[in-house]
Amino acid sequence: MIFPVIVAQGDSSMADNGLLESVLRLVEKVDGGTDSQDVAADLGVDHQVIVGAVKSLQALGEVISAEQKSSRHWELTGEGREIAEQGSHEARVFNAIPDEGLPQNQLMKMPSGKVGFSKAMSNKWIRLDKAHEGGPRVFKTVEAIEDTVRDKLQLVQKGQSAKLEDKEKNELKKRKLLSEVTVKSYWITKGSSFSTTITKQETELTPEMIASGSWKEKKFKPYNFEAMGVAPDCGHLHPLMKVRTQFRQIFLEMGFTEMPTNNFIESSFWNFDSLFQPQQHPARDQHDTFFISDPALAHEFPQDYLERVKKVHSEGGYGSQGARMLYKLAQQKFTPVKYFSIDRVFRNETLDATHLAEFHQIEGVVADYGLTLGNLMGILHQFFTKLGITKLRFKPAYNPYTEPSMEVFSYHEGLKKWVEVGNSGVFRPEMLLPMGLPEGVSVIAWGLSLERPTMIKYGINNIRELVGHKVNLQMVYDSPICRLDS
Amino acid sequence: MPTVSVKRDLLFEALGQKYTDEEFDELCFEFGLELDEITSEKEILIREQGGEKAEGASDVVLYKIDVPANRYDLLCLEGLVRGLQVFKEKLEAPRYKRVSPADGGEPQRLVITEETASVRPHAVAAVLRNITFTQERYESFIELQEKLHQNICRKRTLVAIGTHDLDTISGPFTYTAKPPGEIRFKPLSQSREYTAAELMSLYKTDSHLRHYLHIIENEPLYPVIYDSNGIVLSMPPIINGDHSKISLNTKNIFIECTATDLTKAKITLDMVVTMFSEYCDEPFTVEEAEVVYPDGRLSVYPELAYRTETLSGDFINKRVGINESAESIAQLLTRMCLRSEVSGEGDLIQVEIPPTRADVIHACDIMEDAAIAYGFNNIVRSTPRTYTVANQLPVNKLTELLRQDLAAAGFTEALTFALCSEEDIADKLRKNITETRAVHISNPKTADFQVARTSLLPGLLKTIAANRKMPLPLKLFEISDVVLKDETKDVGARNNRRLCAVYYNKSPGFEVIHGLLDRVMQLLDVKPGRNQGYHIQAAEDSTFFPGRCAEIFSCGKSIGHLGVLHPDVISRFELTMPCSAIDIDIEPFL
Repeated sequence: MIFPVIVAQGDSSMADNGLLESVLRLVEKVDGGTDSQDVAADLGVDHQVIVGAVKSLQALGEVISAEQKSSRHWELTGEGREIAEQGSHEARVFNAIPDEGLPQNQLMKMPSGKVGFSKAMSNKWIRLDKAHEGGPRVFKTVEAIEDTVRDKLQLVQKGQSAKLEDKEKNELKKRKLLSEVTVKSYWITKGSSFSTTITKQETELTPEMIASGSWKEKKFKPYNFEAMGVAPDCGHLHPLMKVRTQFRQIFLEMGFTEMPTNNFIESSFWNFDSLFQPQQHPARDQHDTFFISDPALAHEFPQDYLERVKKVHSEGGYGSQGARMLYKLAQQKFTPVKYFSIDRVFRNETLDATHLAEFHQIEGVVADYGLTLGNLMGILHQFFTKLGITKLRFKPAYNPYTEPSMEVFSYHEGLKKWVEVGNSGVFRPEMLLPMGLPEGVSVIAWGLSLERPTMIKYGINNIRELVGHKVNLQMVYDSPICRLDS
Repeated sequence: MPTVSVKRDLLFEALGQKYTDEEFDELCFEFGLELDEITSEKEILIREQGGEKAEGASDVVLYKIDVPANRYDLLCLEGLVRGLQVFKEKLEAPRYKRVSPADGGEPQRLVITEETASVRPHAVAAVLRNITFTQERYESFIELQEKLHQNICRKRTLVAIGTHDLDTISGPFTYTAKPPGEIRFKPLSQSREYTAAELMSLYKTDSHLRHYLHIIENEPLYPVIYDSNGIVLSMPPIINGDHSKISLNTKNIFIECTATDLTKAKITLDMVVTMFSEYCDEPFTVEEAEVVYPDGRLSVYPELAYRTETLSGDFINKRVGINESAESIAQLLTRMCLRSEVSGEGDLIQVEIPPTRADVIHACDIMEDAAIAYGFNNIVRSTPRTYTVANQLPVNKLTELLRQDLAAAGFTEALTFALCSEEDIADKLRKNITETRAVHISNPKTADFQVARTSLLPGLLKTIAANRKMPLPLKLFEISDVVLKDETKDVGARNNRRLCAVYYNKSPGFEVIHGLLDRVMQLLDVKPGRNQGYHIQAAEDSTFFPGRCAEIFSCGKSIGHLGVLHPDVISRFELTMPCSAIDIDIEPFL
């Protein structure tokens, strides 16, 4: 179904090319340009055809330049065209009369009869013998006539209306043989890449052009580089997860092994007691921790380690993921380890622009003999350097499960002040020794939230637009890749 | 972290030195404090209640200083100044002394009756003699009690402090518990007497006191302290009597702390008396008081106990990563109010822990103080030489790889909450809550967090509902954990890593979701087929439209479902278009 249409288009463009080249040859001959109406007259085709040709030439690029202009112009009416072809009514009447004359009633039956008769009469080309036997009869009074009306109209038809006087044109207009119209035409001059042969500009490179090599001869329509491209049809990764991927990458680069943290439900024992969280610590408060009603109790604690069995509850935001892993580590012959985790933690809070009931905590832990506070600072320096943060300082702080504890501050160039970027410390021996870790082994650790650096990185002010179902999907679609150090 | 508000000029006067804001901020940072905000009463009022209310309010500059949660000795101007002055070596740490009454008379006595056992069994007491208050000191004294109440006293649940003008009352005092109807007195700031029962209803609307009512509200007996003439000193932990209230002119103060935790009561009492004995005629002395328990035991308070720890300079050097002499370390510790000296035996240091430093429990706490005095930021940062090879957690590694390819397959990643409402995982999915194996939360703040999710589908459907303005189709996925009850686990539940995806458009697009399954299986290198491969077979599941649901099997094991969602499910999530979904367990592919 599509094939014949293409052939038809091909045919018509073939036909067009001949005309286009004729136009170009005309333009070549004149310096300073020519009017499209003159071109039409020269080539003997309708002006509208030339207008079409001009447009086609313009589409080829800088072959010609054409400026639109409008002009007043005399044109034959339908009756005028008939006269230019067949002669004026009076001439036709005159020519219809034989030497012996013609009865008037017969003459009046001619199409031009009425008008022609009176005009020929006033021109004194004919006479009427009313008293002729057999009825009134018309006779020629002259041998030959000059049909000036027809001649004038033919001049106009040839585009030579300038040869007529205004009076003559007005008279013809009065007879409704001429009318004055406004014509839009083009002033055509040579373009910067003028040529008399047509090479049609191609829109796109095609497999056929590549196969035939015809692309070498072809001209290609220029692209509009100002326009936006077509958006690719693709899926997108979530910005917070993109940042998570980068943090995982950093830990892996630093030789840290990922801890299994895929147990959202944790016992109070591992979450609080094992972390030396005092019984009355605020984090244990009902208000901060999600407690579980079903299943309500945890079981199967390591009996020798167990002091108290607690209610089961979700992991609190203040806790550390590391307790179970450190316990496991202590159950075998000690080898130094570096662990990390990035996973959800939960906090029983109502949601607002900066707080969520669940967020992602990033945590790094190193256990080895003789680790110092200076080592913790050194490794934090390396870690934050990979995030593009090099200016660090440390503030003494308090965590129930680490001593010393340090808040990590980095200098924010934008805000021109030090801002807290993480928390860190050396695990208390009260936590490590009951697990069975050898004396002399120190465990250093640090943590930070994943959401905060992500919000800074992607310029998001409301955490609910980032995490949870109220996410702004357009933001997800539009978010750039994540390189934390640039 | 508690915040202490102090007047800047008063603080600098006490420190004997003026600082710029930046200099003081720096000093705080070094010492482990944080200059949180520089403001004034006027500014605070303007911010909280608008300009009109603030008219005429003081514009004296206030420093709001964040104090670590375990440093109760820094919760008032007096303590802050003492700590910083000793730190800057401008002052030697004072020695706090418990003394007997100067006139050689009997100490004040507080007798506890057995009725208190059921409600608030402990009490401690002390006396501050010949104190001189100024307006500022008085305000600071009141403010310290409030800070202690909010922190170590856990909003008065563990300990409640009462301070009284000793010259208006006479001992011995009795700490007992009575039915609310039988307690009758004129409380602070009221003009007449009320019964305890009346007070409880009066304070229901009190913005401050209503938070403490629950502590005793449902008890048959309320705690109360009387003097020998039957005058009510206080009804802990709610309110003091008006009769014994202290004023600027008070010279002698009787302090009682009633408690459910005796250790915390002792610490609280020590804090109050160590901070304010500074203003006694004989500074840093506190007059003892006796407490008699129902069984006749007699204890003398405040304890004001000093204890000595011995540790080696080497221990501190090795833990901190510095190399200082024992003498120098002793000096560092002395600057932290831990009076220390070299014992002469090797590099051993004897460290005296004063009653103000209840936070010092272990050698590591002393080590930290040495590091603070040395200056955290003076410690050389060094990389540990710990050699390890990194490993990824297999389930996370698989997740990372699949996420990338699901996005490449045209699906966009969602990130939804692990906690949700019961309705989300049950009613809205046309399931019965009992068949979900969901873990239930006992104390959620809002209905949005009643259970841990058992499916990723509700989160994805809610994400679509929140993004209905986006052009169709919407293609979303999430690979994350759901939580299921599992009795074989020590906590009775386990996480399960799931892959869920939805296609939301004008037509259901089952073929799109089916195609995604084929792609996922291709990525997991599982071929189509009945035995060793994967296949789907028609199934009924109430979440899906009848006849438009299939169960997915891989190597003969069911791993999930796919299909066109039931119209009721679509409507219940406030959606209007057809939707197809896939939900599979990816753990079998580890």
